Amino acid sequence: MVDANTRQKLFGTPETNFLNCTKGWKSWAFTLDHKRIGIMYLIGVTVALFLAGVFALILRSHLFTFDSTMLSDDMYNQMFTLHGAVMVFSFIIPSIPAALGNIVLPMMLGAKDVAFPRMNLASFYLWIIGTGCLLAAILSGKGLDTGWTFYTPYSIDTNTGVIYATFGAFILGFSSIFTGLNFLVTVNTMRAKNQGWFKLPLFVWSLYATAIIQVLATPVLGITLLMLIAEKTLHIGIFDPKYGGDPVLFQHFFWFYSHPAVYIMILPAMGVISELISVYSQKRIFGYSFIAFSSVAIALLGFLVWGHHMFTSGQSLVVTLIFSAITFTVAIPSAVKVFNWLATLYKGSILLNTPMCYALSFIFLFGIGGLTGLFLGALSTDIHLHDTYFVVAHFHFVMVGGTLTALLGGVFHWWPKIWGRMYNDFLGRVGCFLVFSGFNLTFFPQFVMGSRGMPRRYASYDPEFQAFHQLSTVGAFVLGVGILLSFVVLVYAAFRGPRCSSNPFRAASLEWQSSSPPDFHNFTQTPVLTDPYDFESQVYDEELDTYIPREFANPEKVAPRKEPVHI
Amino acid sequence: MAVADSHDTHDDHHDLHDHGEFIAHHFDSAEQQFDSGKLGIWLFLVTEVLFFSGLFVAYSLYRTNNPVVFEQAHVFLNKYLGGLNTIVLLFSSLTMALGVRSAQLGRNKNCSIYILITMVCATMFLGVKAVEYSHKWDMGILVRSAFDLTYTHPVPTTEIGKSLHISDYLVYLCVIPALLIAGFVVASVISKLINKNMLAKFMMAMAITVGGYFLGVGIGVIFMNATEGETGSSHASAIAEQPLRLLASTQDDHSADDHNKAAGDSKHDGEHAHNEEHFGAHAANGGEASFDAHHPDPSKLDRDIGIFFSIYYCMTGLHAIHIIAGIIALGWLYWRSLLGHWRTDYFGPVDYVGLYWHLVDLIWIYLFPLLYLID
Repeated sequence: MVDANTRQKLFGTPETNFLNCTKGWKSWAFTLDHKRIGIMYLIGVTVALFLAGVFALILRSHLFTFDSTMLSDDMYNQMFTLHGAVMVFSFIIPSIPAALGNIVLPMMLGAKDVAFPRMNLASFYLWIIGTGCLLAAILSGKGLDTGWTFYTPYSIDTNTGVIYATFGAFILGFSSIFTGLNFLVTVNTMRAKNQGWFKLPLFVWSLYATAIIQVLATPVLGITLLMLIAEKTLHIGIFDPKYGGDPVLFQHFFWFYSHPAVYIMILPAMGVISELISVYSQKRIFGYSFIAFSSVAIALLGFLVWGHHMFTSGQSLVVTLIFSAITFTVAIPSAVKVFNWLATLYKGSILLNTPMCYALSFIFLFGIGGLTGLFLGALSTDIHLHDTYFVVAHFHFVMVGGTLTALLGGVFHWWPKIWGRMYNDFLGRVGCFLVFSGFNLTFFPQFVMGSRGMPRRYASYDPEFQAFHQLSTVGAFVLGVGILLSFVVLVYAAFRGPRCSSNPFRAASLEWQSSSPPDFHNFTQTPVLTDPYDFESQVYDEELDTYIPREFANPEKVAPRKEPVHI
Repeated sequence: MAVADSHDTHDDHHDLHDHGEFIAHHFDSAEQQFDSGKLGIWLFLVTEVLFFSGLFVAYSLYRTNNPVVFEQAHVFLNKYLGGLNTIVLLFSSLTMALGVRSAQLGRNKNCSIYILITMVCATMFLGVKAVEYSHKWDMGILVRSAFDLTYTHPVPTTEIGKSLHISDYLVYLCVIPALLIAGFVVASVISKLINKNMLAKFMMAMAITVGGYFLGVGIGVIFMNATEGETGSSHASAIAEQPLRLLASTQDDHSADDHNKAAGDSKHDGEHAHNEEHFGAHAANGGEASFDAHHPDPSKLDRDIGIFFSIYYCMTGLHAIHIIAGIIALGWLYWRSLLGHWRTDYFGPVDYVGLYWHLVDLIWIYLFPLLYLID
């Protein structure tokens, strides 16, 4: 039991916090504070998202008519390459772990910072350098037209800026390794006292699984890209068939990283959704340990399926069969998660605010994205669907419908914690609706086109596909408006939104026991370890208009614990 | 907020309640900081192993597909120099381990001496490697596209090369280390003059470290001359005959031809001219029959040897970059040893760099047999 003054001090709006404790650009540029680095990352990935998003809109505009001459064929190739490369390497991979995870992970562990703050800052600057190198491919005037996968032998023969771009991706790989390594060590050594592995929020589990992939897969990409650079400059004859090399070896190396990288993109999103679904249903997450272990299972299985990108590249049939079979097994842990989220929603007291709307769209879109993946994992259908718009639609449903949706949901969920200000929930939901409907309008027609044989990466197409392409283009602009609206709502809230309390959503994980915005050291006092999914542990405090842990509440005003509902 | 698990293994080194000057603000105890660093460096080593793994996979793949080529190619590598480097690196791992022990006991002076020896071994390794590289460049043994085996040693053109009978390339590879030594000696003298004795000592140690490179070059050249004949000498070098002997070894009938050809080779010694037809002629005369079973086209074999050397240069080059990174890290440790930073409860950085150094050593332990000892 603590008195009102202490409560005010611990959970009230603080005078000084991590945003205003030091001032000036140097206090940001050289900060070692994980929250500030996370915010800088968030700004960085937003810039990358807008840049690559503009590339996408230019592409879609070009495809509005079947005989469009808006872009030359060469420009078209450069546009889709840069869209893919910037989106994958600079936006999606760092988006949730390095931006949101950086801010939230140490606080969820009750720690003051990540284990290696300098490495954390170095990771951000490597991100800037790497992204700069990627974009240097455009600024050099040569562009880049290999597709984001840099497949040999074309990437060796083309004289576009492959070296800039691969070097950029190499640097971005190190940025990603630094983040992953930091998170692994932080989760292992910096947990709060008595916070066992099964008292961690599921977002931490998913970041941990992600970090395993980052640490194990990214170095292989690093050496592959170095070998590609050596091949291009010295012609060492490892990938170049002209000199006795094997171009398919590059595909093996590349996908040994890049397939696990797909799970670097989706696993943190699944972690965010586990948090959102539980908090906004005010119900204990269903099947905690199943969700936790399914993250690890996805991370490990992710290393065994890279061959399914090469069903038509001339692999042996036996290998192809094995890769196909293992690909199907990934569906099991993925489905475990979806069923557990649905079970959590059942009889929960659901609050349909902006983050929850994003979480529900995630489940729907990820469901479609995941199930269409099975068509591509099956050998016979894949021969038909390979390199068509079906593939494009499939991975956009997972990456945009999955990761981007979860990122937006997570940002709306933790935004009040970061800035201490609330957003306009109505406009947030309008943004979510536009994102959801625009997204479906963009990519659903692509499934139809793809199954009818529309190949990907073509600058022109048969007139019979024009109606689908036009729907898709209109959808892309609606999606763009939705994202822009969400952006405006969030930025306005960060500076002008009404003040909010430390825990407005009655969440139980440790980061909500800090003030909003948090103190420089995250917590002014060691937080009370609570079960992250026991929402009865948080009680409403009238004076502060917020939820605080039961231990700190005024015992005269505390409502008794509700017995858990058995279903 | 303390670390959840308690470690008994480090109890003798740690005092949980001692918040020394080197404990970062976000750690609760020296123990937590040490455990984090240790786990971090192990994970880093995992990424390093995986970083090299791509090259090891490429190696295994090409060796499986072209076993004969690998047997043909490896004879161009001098296993005596490779063996020498293996011993040097193993010895440096020993001194590194002793350095870690000294740091754990808080004996900063011993630690600095061991680290200095480790650094000298590291640069010595690079010196020997420079001798090997320059020798191969002389013979046109380059990566796949530039591969142009001549079997000859060009006569050095630089003054130093002529007077010492060493390759021009080796002279070029010595320029930067020579400049570094000069720079460190000057820096040391200046530091002495302005009474920064510690800095003067550090700079002198760095000069000695780079001096190890020239020690390596010297020993390497002596080994090379003893096993393969002097650079620029008039007689045919031993290495030139080796592959031919090997090519002939499967078919005794051709051994006589081979000897003739080797003799013919010596006449061309010293030629700088392009030698592709030259080698083609060799193969046509002497080796063709023995190739037939595996490689009907001898000129193709010639090119495939180039892939072996592509992989060789990638692997050893990447390893050399790691050695250089290790020397920089060791230099930083040396400086901190001079400042007396290591205590029985704070020696993490020495431990971490030591682990890294052992890994660099370990990778060489794999590279040496895979590349040099294929027979």
